[in-house]
Amino acid sequence: MGLEAKLNSDGFITTTIDAVIAWARKSSVWPMPMGISCCAIELIAAADPKYDLARFGSEVMRFTPRQCDLMIVAGTVTYKMAQVVRRIYDQMPEPKWVIAMGACTSTGGMYRSYNVVQGIDQFLPIDAYVAGCPPRPENLINAIMTIQQKISKTKARDFQDKPLLETIDK
Amino acid sequence: MAFKDLIIEKIKKQFEKSIEEVKEFRGDLSITIAKDKIVELARFLRDDDELCFETCLDVTAIDWATRKNRFTVVYHVYSFKNNFTLRIKANIDGEPPQIETVSSIWPGANWYERETYDMYGIVFLNHPDLRRMYMPEGFEYYPLRKDFPLLGIPGSLPLPDKLE
Ligand code: SF4
Repeated sequence: MGLEAKLNSDGFITTTIDAVIAWARKSSVWPMPMGISCCAIELIAAADPKYDLARFGSEVMRFTPRQCDLMIVAGTVTYKMAQVVRRIYDQMPEPKWVIAMGACTSTGGMYRSYNVVQGIDQFLPIDAYVAGCPPRPENLINAIMTIQQKISKTKARDFQDKPLLETIDK
Repeated sequence: MAFKDLIIEKIKKQFEKSIEEVKEFRGDLSITIAKDKIVELARFLRDDDELCFETCLDVTAIDWATRKNRFTVVYHVYSFKNNFTLRIKANIDGEPPQIETVSSIWPGANWYERETYDMYGIVFLNHPDLRRMYMPEGFEYYPLRKDFPLLGIPGSLPLPDKLE
């Protein structure tokens, strides 16, 4: 951010609370690795030292939805699994974002079949789709950067007073 | 005597009238048996001192759609002693199509029969736990039947509500 240069001259900066909060939020996105099938391997690769998701503050994969704010759905979502995906999504605290990773998740992909949901946007709000079967890690990182841009435009006020488990067990 | 001929001879002797077809295709031996003799044949194959077909590798079915005996149930059994795989078939009909379970002979057939039930709707009589396996409980159709559409029946599988 070039903050150090400012420190040398003035010793202070001016900004808005919204900007600071959005900046903090976007730089520490904690993903929930919803790795259901083969795409999950590329998701793992994205977090390893070669692709290094840590550069974007997103290396802390949490295996409990209660500590996450970004769900990466990586894999084929069947009708049976859809219930589980949605349940886990419901357990994540607001504000939260979702990436549909891979052809299967976005559209059903090559599984044009009775048992696979033809696109998870039928039951989840998606913020970024990632093309590919499987997508390369760079492609996933690109989606995370897209989400970061989206987050940087949010206002802190947007997420006030939302109940934590709004939709669960309805 | 080759092992194949031994099997054929023994089975023909034991189940003379019930054998519908004995066929060899590319080295694989298939025996079609009347459906009410399937358990007897299974027990014979397992317990015979020379044959020793102790393992059931797979149970599946074929839907012929328009044929008179619409379904064929197919069993693959294996003999460790003779390193030999045998295929057994039984033609069945009716709605629901029914056949006696072989899980009392080969316990490993339990889940294969459940799967076959799930996908084809074939009822294995006296099966200890004939429930759906892949499809959710309460699903009404049998996906691998020929009259089931590839993309399924809209609304037959529930999805969570849509979020804005
Ligand atoms: S999009 Fe391709 S790689 Fe990803 S889960 Fe589907 S089949 Fe596997």
